[in-house]
Amino acid sequence: MQFKNRLFWSLIAAGGLVVLLGLFAAHLMEEHGHIITGMNNQIVWGLPHVFAIFMIVAASGVLNVASIGSVFGKAVYKARAPLSGLLSIALLAGGLTVLMLDLGRPDRVMVAATNYNPTSVFAWNVLLYSGLFGLVSVYLWTMMEQRMNPWSRPAGLAVFVWRFILTTGTGLIFAFLVARQAYGSALLPPMFIVISFAWGLAVFHVAQSAIYAWSGKEHAPDIVKRMGNLLGIFVMAALYFVAAYHLTNLYFAHQSGFERFILIDGGLYPRLFWWGYGLLGNLLPLVLIFHPSLGKTRSVVAASLLVILGGFALLYVFVIGGQAYPLSIFPGYAASSSFGDGQIAQYSPSLPEFLLGFGGLGIAFLITTASVRVLDFMPHDKPHIAD
Amino acid sequence: MKAFLFILLLAATPSWAAGSIVPKLDIGKGGQCVEDPQWMRKNHMHLLIRQRDETVRKGIRDGKYSLKNCIECHASLRDDSVIGRDDSFCQGCHRYEAVKIDCFECHSGKRKSAWAQSK
Amino acid sequence: MSNINVQRRQFLKTSVGLAAVAVAPGMLLFEAAHGQSAAVSSKVRWGMLIDTANCTDGCNDCVAACNKGNGLAGGLNSGGLSPTDSQWMRKVELKDMRGGRTLSLPMMCQHCEHPPCVDVCPTGASFKRADGIVLVDRHRCIGCRYCMMACPYKARSFVHEPLHDQNPDVPRGKGTVESCTMCVQRIDRGQQPACAEACPNKAILFGNLNDPESEIARRIRTVASVQVRADLGLNTAIRYQGL
Repeated sequence: MQFKNRLFWSLIAAGGLVVLLGLFAAHLMEEHGHIITGMNNQIVWGLPHVFAIFMIVAASGVLNVASIGSVFGKAVYKARAPLSGLLSIALLAGGLTVLMLDLGRPDRVMVAATNYNPTSVFAWNVLLYSGLFGLVSVYLWTMMEQRMNPWSRPAGLAVFVWRFILTTGTGLIFAFLVARQAYGSALLPPMFIVISFAWGLAVFHVAQSAIYAWSGKEHAPDIVKRMGNLLGIFVMAALYFVAAYHLTNLYFAHQSGFERFILIDGGLYPRLFWWGYGLLGNLLPLVLIFHPSLGKTRSVVAASLLVILGGFALLYVFVIGGQAYPLSIFPGYAASSSFGDGQIAQYSPSLPEFLLGFGGLGIAFLITTASVRVLDFMPHDKPHIAD
Repeated sequence: MKAFLFILLLAATPSWAAGSIVPKLDIGKGGQCVEDPQWMRKNHMHLLIRQRDETVRKGIRDGKYSLKNCIECHASLRDDSVIGRDDSFCQGCHRYEAVKIDCFECHSGKRKSAWAQSK
Repeated sequence: MSNINVQRRQFLKTSVGLAAVAVAPGMLLFEAAHGQSAAVSSKVRWGMLIDTANCTDGCNDCVAACNKGNGLAGGLNSGGLSPTDSQWMRKVELKDMRGGRTLSLPMMCQHCEHPPCVDVCPTGASFKRADGIVLVDRHRCIGCRYCMMACPYKARSFVHEPLHDQNPDVPRGKGTVESCTMCVQRIDRGQQPACAEACPNKAILFGNLNDPESEIARRIRTVASVQVRADLGLNTAIRYQGL
């Protein structure tokens, strides 16, 4: 891919700066402890986790493009499989870096590698993530090395299966939290899988059109339109799962307090849910994609950006709103204590958390930008595709 | 891992054997150590790690290789601590060998009797 | 071919021998270190019975004793507790939403038989001792806080700041998770947990649930007691009377 030299280096410099700021934030957190973040003993997972989960879920979903090409044999998607694999590795690297640097003792990651608790979903995920790195790398190799091409279909199939298991694992992190009202639902793993389709494809659209624009190439509008329609379908499917999750909660009497908090009177959380996720993340993108007078390249990219924004809003509500609502330790009693029993927990993210999160995005950006320049990841569309 | 590096460092540094430029340490009360001092210099970390797992996981508290035992004898008689000064028993040597000590992020470096009095 | 095989065998023998020589001193030391003392046994299961009728509203003596014994600041240095301060034990005031009855009780790690924190911990830092005490091995804790997400009792705290001047008997430090240890350092010396000793009304009865002759086992046989969130089936070691 031919960027103009100056543009390429300024992109690398900008991405590098963001990454450096993120690392600096992690250093501050390491030195002072988590006291400099907004997290506390009630909200134990904060903004870094919102960024990390978004990137990890999108890393799995972005592989959808490759799967449709390799597993289902669609030529338009097959041409995009290398870029999809690259984005997956980049996003996974970014997300995992954020997750790791947010640990209380990031210097001890070796402990996590050498002590393995087989009952922990976190520990399973360590295997799932490293497995995905490995499989996607092999898959990219089978596609880019001509002698390996015959293997690219089985490799694609393996990736296809693996990422399903991986996103199931991500969903299970929350699904296994039996005592928390917001989590502990068997609906979460499939919900995360479908959501990953939407977020992954949205990230793909944004990355693809940015790289096209930077290299001065024109993107075939009919292909964008087709892939835009697919994004619309994924967005609706994700919305269905989110609705089903909240509706089942509404049906259980003991969950109605929590749903009331998230959907109506929880202050920031309902606002983020309805305006951020509902309007920006669903309604507007769907209009942009399906309105007869829209649906062109520019509106598909805008829709994708909105889907990403809506994704962050949904995750903020899910991760932080889910912890803010008090745990029901004594059902039937109104509780109060010095440790936040019976009270809504307060959380306001601090600057280091933002920097760390954006640092993770910066890592994904750097990996992608540098890779598309040195290797041939971009699609080569044959004219007149008919499938 | 750290322990391994430490051994490598020791192996690569003949200065101990030659007794040339070794740090001067405030060894506290000193006296008869649980093992030969030269051997302890090389192996104390293994003893400590073994003892710590026995204590934390199985509740065995009377082992003689405990960190508290080390501190009891070797804390300085001036400030009752094995860390904090350049010639402190733990810190002095670890600084000389450039090996980070993780113990005292959580463990007190003070002799227990002194800690209790200061409270 | 056979020559190679012989050579290889010879090589393997030598390496195994060398490995044995390298390991042996360590093993000997291990034996020596073992000495006479015995590990805690699963014949014992430590537990507590808390009588809420004797727990006075507004009394904080157990929490104060816990903080003092374990070296927690308890908000004393900073003028009041902040949401980032560790609280191993807290007093919870309850009001029955139907009848309006009020009661007060101490809340801490319930030392479950099937602890969710142990299940979710990726490194095995959260563990249950043979005698039922649930602990965090801070040497292994990487500070991921998944256990805090999983605990149904909000019993755990994360150390948000560097600490100094810890109790030599109770090591704790920045970046790791901690919770009530049932004063394991005292139990191993044959003493009671600090809270049980400090309670002016003797509302906290500590003892061995597995010994049918112990006072706690007798009381649990004769009076009605409940486990908090018994519906989760975790079989906690802390029981409450009058809840």
